[in-house]
Amino acid sequence: MNIEDMFKVVKARFTDDNHASSQKEKDVEIPQDLLVKCPRCGSVIYSEEFENAMKVCPKCGYHARLTWQERLDMTVDSNSFKELDADLVSLNPIGFPRYEEKIAKMNEQCDMKEAIVTGECTIRGYRCVLGIMDSHFMMASMGSVVGEKITRAFEYAAEKRLPVIMFTASGGARMQEGIISLMQMAKTSGAVKRHSDAGGLYVTVLTDPTTGGVQASFASLGDILIAEPKVLIGFAGRRVIQNTVRTRLPDDFQSAEFQMESGLLDMIVERGMMRKTLSNILKLHGFPKEVH
Amino acid sequence: MNNLTTWERMELIHNKNRPTVNDYIPSLFTRFMEFHGDRMCGDDGAIIGGIGFLSDTPVTVLAQVKGKTLDENKRTNFAMPHPEGYRKALRLAKQAEKFHRPVVCLVDTPGAYCGVEAEKRCQGEAIARNLYEFMTLKTPVVTVILGEGGSGGALALAVCDELAMLQNSIYSVISPRSAASILWKDPTKEKEAAEILKITAEDLVRFGVCDKIISEPEGGAHLQPDMAADSIYEYLIDAVTRLKKTEINQLLERRYKKFRKIGMFTE
Repeated sequence: MNIEDMFKVVKARFTDDNHASSQKEKDVEIPQDLLVKCPRCGSVIYSEEFENAMKVCPKCGYHARLTWQERLDMTVDSNSFKELDADLVSLNPIGFPRYEEKIAKMNEQCDMKEAIVTGECTIRGYRCVLGIMDSHFMMASMGSVVGEKITRAFEYAAEKRLPVIMFTASGGARMQEGIISLMQMAKTSGAVKRHSDAGGLYVTVLTDPTTGGVQASFASLGDILIAEPKVLIGFAGRRVIQNTVRTRLPDDFQSAEFQMESGLLDMIVERGMMRKTLSNILKLHGFPKEVH
Repeated sequence: MNNLTTWERMELIHNKNRPTVNDYIPSLFTRFMEFHGDRMCGDDGAIIGGIGFLSDTPVTVLAQVKGKTLDENKRTNFAMPHPEGYRKALRLAKQAEKFHRPVVCLVDTPGAYCGVEAEKRCQGEAIARNLYEFMTLKTPVVTVILGEGGSGGALALAVCDELAMLQNSIYSVISPRSAASILWKDPTKEKEAAEILKITAEDLVRFGVCDKIISEPEGGAHLQPDMAADSIYEYLIDAVTRLKKTEINQLLERRYKKFRKIGMFTE
């Protein structure tokens, strides 16, 4: 038997196996959502266990991506959130092919008009302005609306003398808006500066993934930089760097732990401790606790 | 005034004889002295910093350097700055603020360097810090894009009161090559991507990003470098004189608004 025939035999077995198992699946009807696979370590976890652990992988500790709604629910005091600037919708500044369609599709899929939700809330009784980026919406890339909402959030906070907490997640600037998206980096950084010059406190919580033009602007400018464990944080994409340096990069390259060692972060905080950590920071800065 | 396609312009700015800051600095400034180092980690060859006279006004110059030979490019890393380059630029900008010197930034970079060491020294933070600090730097800042304005790596020297672009230069959030590989999984379609991205000086005037187009000699700056330098010089004299007369708080308010107003959305 020559080697090609051997492969054919093996291939045939695999096809048979697949066929058999898919047949079996049909018979037993395992619900699709019973199990999830950790995108970081590949472990298979019961969905219920994963949900109960606030979407943290019990095997490797990876803090998985959340929807804005999930993040909001686990962060703010119930019924305390008042959304700001909810109706902003992006136009198509450079006439990018099919950009409007893409946005419309995302609106439907993610139940949000753009990749960030901003508003005012309390966390364990401490009032603040909050921003939550949702990577499910076009990888939370920053275009006109994301830039404008962040800028307005900081301007509002400066006016009301409130601290700002930003949960960042982003693939970077939104290519589909061309140069306009690059300018959002300058615009948001300028707004952070004004808030800071007015004495405002800004805490950044870097979540998976915070990269590119967002990491190179407002996400790196907090007075305090917190990251969730094991998340990806970096300026350039791993593949881009791999192509430039042509050596294998270590597995933990651009992880929160790597950035902690690089000196970028103040602390790494687990999801279950986030509310307590944030409220403690607000308390240490002298903000009053509101009683209800 | 310019009928070249985006791609034709990109060929012009990649012409190996296109003048670089090394050609321009001696014709724009007299008694130029270069200063080195970020006082923290090293001296980045991709950004030249120093002071010199623009006519009779001392100015701080921050410029990204493209080499013309392989040896030069080894030293300047093909004008792709490391974090220490941006930190050197910020240190010298702060010094300019202290001595009330206007800052002139000359941008010509494919982008900030992407590498392990750059990440370890927090490239993203270095760029962010420049955007943040330049926004309220209490002295006039003028930026001229000479050739390539490559994304965040260019923007880190382009938070300014006025942005001018040489006629054939480009300024883009992503290189057409990378855009093509994202859009069509085919980096060779960069010509098409270049047109879609709208990155020419005329495009950027339309978007309110660029304030002034500096004309180049027929056929590109490399054919008559002195003439190109004269046009840049004329523009810089005019801009610096004008901005120096503006009261500083008014200048900063205008600078903030210049960026604040950029964005297209409905509500």
